Amino acid sequence: MSGPVTRFKSPVRFVFDVPAGPTVSRFLAAVAEGRLFGQRCPTCAKVYVPPKVACPRCGDPLSPEQLPVKETGTVTSFCVVNVPYEGQTMKLPYVYASILLDGADIPFPHLVDAEPADVRMGLRVRATWSDALGPTLESIRAFVPTGEPDAPFDAYKEHL
Amino acid sequence: MGEREIAIVSFAEVIVERSDRDDCELLLPVLKRALGDVGLTQQDIGFTVSGSSDFLGGRPFAFVMATDVLGAWPPIRESHVEMDGAFALYEAWVRLQHGDLDTALVFAFGRPSQGPLHDVMSLQLDPYYMAPLRPDALSLGALAARAALDAGLTSEDELARIAGERRGVPTSTSEPYLREPLRAHATPTLRDGAAAIVLAAGDGARALSKRPAWIRGLDHRIEPHSLGARSLTRSVSTEQAARGAGALGFGADVAELHARFAHEEPLLSRALELPASTRVNPSGGALAQDPVMVTGLCRLGHAARAVHEGAARAIAHATSGPCLQQNLVCTLEAR
Amino acid sequence: MNRCAVIGIGQTRHAAKRDDVSLAGLVREAALRALADAGLGFSDIDAVVIGKAPDTFEGVMMPELYLADALGAVGKPMMRVHTAGSVGGSTAIVAAHLVQAGVHKRVLTVAFEKQSESEAMWALSPKFPFQPPLLAGAGGYFAPLVRSYIRRSGAPPEVGIKVSVKDRKNALKNPYAHLLLPDISDEVVEKSPMLWDPIRYLETCPSSDGAAAMVLAAEDSLGGVTNPAWVLASEVRSEPTMFAGRDQVNPRAGRDCAKALYAGAGITEPRRQIDVAEVYVPFSWFEPMWMENLGFAPENEGWRLTLDGATSMTGDLPINPSGGVLSTNPIGASGMIRFAEAAMQVRGTAGAHQVDGAKIAMGHAYGGASQFFAMWLVGRDKP
Ligand SMILES: [Zn+2]
Repeated sequence: MSGPVTRFKSPVRFVFDVPAGPTVSRFLAAVAEGRLFGQRCPTCAKVYVPPKVACPRCGDPLSPEQLPVKETGTVTSFCVVNVPYEGQTMKLPYVYASILLDGADIPFPHLVDAEPADVRMGLRVRATWSDALGPTLESIRAFVPTGEPDAPFDAYKEHL
Repeated sequence: MGEREIAIVSFAEVIVERSDRDDCELLLPVLKRALGDVGLTQQDIGFTVSGSSDFLGGRPFAFVMATDVLGAWPPIRESHVEMDGAFALYEAWVRLQHGDLDTALVFAFGRPSQGPLHDVMSLQLDPYYMAPLRPDALSLGALAARAALDAGLTSEDELARIAGERRGVPTSTSEPYLREPLRAHATPTLRDGAAAIVLAAGDGARALSKRPAWIRGLDHRIEPHSLGARSLTRSVSTEQAARGAGALGFGADVAELHARFAHEEPLLSRALELPASTRVNPSGGALAQDPVMVTGLCRLGHAARAVHEGAARAIAHATSGPCLQQNLVCTLEAR
Repeated sequence: MNRCAVIGIGQTRHAAKRDDVSLAGLVREAALRALADAGLGFSDIDAVVIGKAPDTFEGVMMPELYLADALGAVGKPMMRVHTAGSVGGSTAIVAAHLVQAGVHKRVLTVAFEKQSESEAMWALSPKFPFQPPLLAGAGGYFAPLVRSYIRRSGAPPEVGIKVSVKDRKNALKNPYAHLLLPDISDEVVEKSPMLWDPIRYLETCPSSDGAAAMVLAAEDSLGGVTNPAWVLASEVRSEPTMFAGRDQVNPRAGRDCAKALYAGAGITEPRRQIDVAEVYVPFSWFEPMWMENLGFAPENEGWRLTLDGATSMTGDLPINPSGGVLSTNPIGASGMIRFAEAAMQVRGTAGAHQVDGAKIAMGHAYGGASQFFAMWLVGRDKP
């Protein structure tokens, strides 16, 4: 007689083929060339990087024009990650930050390659590209400090 | 129940074979059209609710992305069911009964092309006894079709005839079986799609539409999950929902039935006691186009459109779960 | 709109792993307790509304289909709600709507999560080639917001620690709570590992298996229940995940939701009129953040309520007497536990964590990127 069954494995494996959609595809094609761009909401004039299908605030499709944005930006906030995650390429602890690119109106999340103790809100950073570019935001290896003076709080307080 | 007059005043859908768009890109034009056709914007809407399933794309929180194309600013009253959009419409209809809100936007989206949908649906089954056996949705459909054939409720000739009419193409019993006794023509045509419906109450509905499709009754019921614990040849929950929605003896001109397999049409027609004069699935139904999670909402939309375009009465039906486990019935009428 | 009251409440023993029950066994444990509390059986129930967070957590697609039998839903309407972390609250509200709309007399509502049956970290943080790399889970998402709050408000660093100690001490009085840490102290929390700086290990919620259930009834269907919790008002609000200039620390959807909620219940001074609140606090710093969002404190001063002891069991606005999400977190059920605990307070059935004389209580839940909100106010006295 065996004891009660409390647990058994029922492995499931399905392969999904998920299209990125034209909006994201255009952006990632540019990223694969080492290039970033933004798109503007025709209603509220805000520039989204990466571009979205519609401005979530206004519900209108963004203008198709590809606006250049700088590869430099400001850390608006961040956390220091000490928890191991599957697929992580960074050594613990590492810094995961919201980065507001110069010319963009919305920060996006990425990694900051710097000593955690040296990372601050307002830190100025620059994108460093991976040697192997591809249609993924991981083509940006990480952001690194530029050495410029920190951005003042007022410069990014609307982006928290 | 349902004392307040509520009508479907607008319906839009987009259904494609395989979308290269993401959910947001698929949804945006549908939402704009459903609202624009009655001159509304999101900010005119009192309550918004959607239906979808994360498992179609194999990732959690699919519906969260959808809030990014709503124009949900200032913030909106919003909800979501992990069900076909038809059940989202039920939630909206209940919410409008309160009387403080006059309009609702209901939408649904689904892209089964992203994965092996028929296999994925095996995850709907009892996770301990049935799911580990991984019967696919087609096999379960065939099991129920066999029961219907053996009970003399239909014939393979009739299944081919129904399939041919819905699909608008010639069909024959000389085609090979996909899952015996089902031929490919008697199974759903999977599609990617999105749909949206606008509900409005009372005089608001009259102002928005020349001929609103008034909801006379709306009900839904569920049956036991295990296929061995319920009849596969009689849709008891459809009968119960039909009574609740006042569908029996309603005399509908049109009935839009969420029949994913050809044998489900006669089964549902019987449960709804449809007279011969009722036209069944003039839209083609799921046999022609089955944007999973959207298909039920489309039945409500097409039934309402029939009323908008002159029908006096229409019935819409939506289903969820393996072999018609859960069923919703809605009666619509012109006034 | 018809009056609606909570007449039965049940929850499971919450634990990291409930290997002793199936999914069906888990939801039944809560449902049967709620029915027993109401003095009813499944046959007295008109409809079932069930909620949970993503299906990928347990790997069962639309599990309501399989759970229909276990919840006595056969032959009845059954709905399945999913609004991310707010789902437990939204589910209770959908159920209340059925009663308030006059569609049903008695509705059973249940919410659950059995996180041990799958890998929640994976389900919460899947990797997609075309999305920005997250690789840090929910804590990684919320930690920068906490840092923003601290910067904006100038709150002293010990606030998060104080919240954690308070909620964990409260949990010791709750027989259903998952995480019981009798030796908790400021020092123990402070010395726990910094997982997502500025969030420490003991400032985060656990991952639990659990379920909660309530029976909601119309005024003429209370049966023998003499201490119902009357639903005074309920509200939901949603806003987009992200847009240029969005305030994620103090989101407008939460502020609007609270304002509408108070207006619906005729509350003009929430801090004074509300006796106790169960607020969705998955990371300790969200207590002061939500105190401001809910209008209990002026902007940037929510942390003072914590430091002044106002939110403790002996304060004027006890927050999370049950121990809160920090002590028990079956994600899909966490919101409903907040709603149910609020109802227990005004029914006077909260036992050792009862706030004396509670007349009006709030249940609060949020989800997504602090963008989906569900709240209700329940009262001892009929509105
Ligand atoms: Zn805009």
